[in-house]
Amino acid sequence: MNAARPASDPPGAVRFWRAVFALVVAAFAVATVLRFGLGLGAVTNLSDRFPWGLWIGFDVLCGVGLAAGAFTLTAVVHLLNLRRFEPILRSTVLTALLGYLLVIVALLFDLGQPWRIRHPLVFRNPHSVMFEVAWCVMLYTTVLAFEFAPVVFERLSLHTLGSVLRAVSTPLVIAGVILSTLHQSSLGSLYLIVPEKLHPLWYTPLLPLFFFMSAVGAGLGMVVLESWLSGRAFGRELEMDLLEPLARAMAVVLGVYGLLRLIVLRRAGALARFADPGYEEAMFAVELALGVLLPVGLLALPRVRRSGRGLVVAAFLAVLGLVANRLNVSVTGMEAAAGARYLPSVMEVLVSLGLVALGFALFAFAARWLPVFPERGATTPGRRAETARPVAEPVEV
Amino acid sequence: MSAGLLIDATLCVGCGACEAACKEANGLPLPVEERTTAYTWTVVQQREGQYVRRLCMHCLEPTCVSVCPVGALSKTEAGPVVYDPKRCIGCRYCIMACPFGVPKYQWDRPVPVVGKCVLCAGRLEQGLAPACAAVCPTGASLFGRRDELLQEARARIASEPGRYVNRVYGAEEAGGTSVLLLSSVPFERLGFPAGLPKEPLPLRTWQVLSKIPDFVVLAGVFLYGLFWITRRREQVRAAEGEPREADLDERPAPGDGEAAP
Repeated sequence: MNAARPASDPPGAVRFWRAVFALVVAAFAVATVLRFGLGLGAVTNLSDRFPWGLWIGFDVLCGVGLAAGAFTLTAVVHLLNLRRFEPILRSTVLTALLGYLLVIVALLFDLGQPWRIRHPLVFRNPHSVMFEVAWCVMLYTTVLAFEFAPVVFERLSLHTLGSVLRAVSTPLVIAGVILSTLHQSSLGSLYLIVPEKLHPLWYTPLLPLFFFMSAVGAGLGMVVLESWLSGRAFGRELEMDLLEPLARAMAVVLGVYGLLRLIVLRRAGALARFADPGYEEAMFAVELALGVLLPVGLLALPRVRRSGRGLVVAAFLAVLGLVANRLNVSVTGMEAAAGARYLPSVMEVLVSLGLVALGFALFAFAARWLPVFPERGATTPGRRAETARPVAEPVEV
Repeated sequence: MSAGLLIDATLCVGCGACEAACKEANGLPLPVEERTTAYTWTVVQQREGQYVRRLCMHCLEPTCVSVCPVGALSKTEAGPVVYDPKRCIGCRYCIMACPFGVPKYQWDRPVPVVGKCVLCAGRLEQGLAPACAAVCPTGASLFGRRDELLQEARARIASEPGRYVNRVYGAEEAGGTSVLLLSSVPFERLGFPAGLPKEPLPLRTWQVLSKIPDFVVLAGVFLYGLFWITRRREQVRAAEGEPREADLDERPAPGDGEAAP
């Protein structure tokens, strides 16, 4: 366990993380058997008072929210035509695709009768936000698969298939942006129907807008974080010239978002609550101060923006800020009305941890076997943008 | 006009006949639990020196029906809000959203379904009253047309103002419910949500959902326009022999761009 310092002893660090991964996966396997063998009540702390817990609040709400970097970045590259961001696009789309697939796996754990997950295709209720989310997630996961497929085709030298997909890339990107806008905001709309249950610090008719904005902001933070992590894992340099403007965009989005939330609270007269702060006020303050205002403030400093470490810290805070927000909406803000506190059970935590670990492993596997990152030493972003787009130069494997 | 129940808590003697009749009529396992569960659809509780019965309120515009992604819950013409277990995927949004906390889940089963009072919809089709109302010995549970029951409730308050709080619970809560309640104790002290809005809750999500078709069209046009403009600009620039955006951006990387430790 003394090999926990990765930088000093790479082989030891690798061994350590492999051991951690094996442990988490083994625990995940046990939890899976118990979940499907014994039912939800036996393995979770869910109840009639608290029917939605960690798997919805973290795995689904955070999983989808943090995958928002992909639709933002595909729009930047393909619709705004800012081709210089292309080198980080593939890894971002891969992250999102794996994220959505894991969200679906998490849903299979959470649904009481997971084999009926296809029912929204057959039995339709257009008045249900959940129905809309189900369709959007299904369609957008398909879009992501199509957006990532050219990378697989490139690896397999299936150039005809690749060019077929590139021919429809613009409609695909537009569909992806629309579907994402819809379901990112709709995850907030899920809570519009419980005005008497969700605490006034979080309930507002603007919930859909706030979910969308925070997802775009923290999704960009996730792109920065993911670039840093894969940089460490694959020995690549941090693309400062690409990540710095993304972090700046993140700061602008989150800055407007934070300001709007404070204005809405002030107009609703909810700021007076902080005269006599309690549990909810403390959780709200942590979420907004550490997860929104601090990263925005940090990125306002040029010195922070120009350092790799500064960008990563700010991005990490923003990502934690989204996690805090989703858990506050789904758990903290619902506790008073439920008349019960909810803490996830060990099994719930193990399943969530296992899914995160699976995500890391799948990403590492894909990055090793597929041309996800531009070739090392490839010259300038401009040149790369031109060559990376058409698969024109077949990879001679 | 749809059917409903008028529950006059001041007449209830807590005999429990309704609880037993409900179990039998719906084939639910004994015993009667202390609060409603997936297996106990109605229960008589003693609160503030008065008996009060809990059951599904059968909203006129039910939240559960609106939130269910697969339409497993529906409001029938006759009045009951019914549940089709064959459609249910187990997302539990109905349990999360119901303003009265009514739908309950079979947490103890590997293949669970939701349980809640269905106002004996099957008996109603045969022209019978719900089992609970049919067995009530004191008339505390009265079955009838909702509009007539509402008139009756208001008449009772008017004739004996000292006996009741001046409120028919369910007349307009969350858009109104098919089950109406009278009580001598304020409803919030009996554990009923007192501050529910008068407009149906499904309106809050429908206001957003109903805009989606327009949004899709507008966003599609806007995004394609964006694509067209930026591409056109690029083409013009290329035709004029100016450097492309990507090349323009080919500035030297910031000096301190080292990877974070």
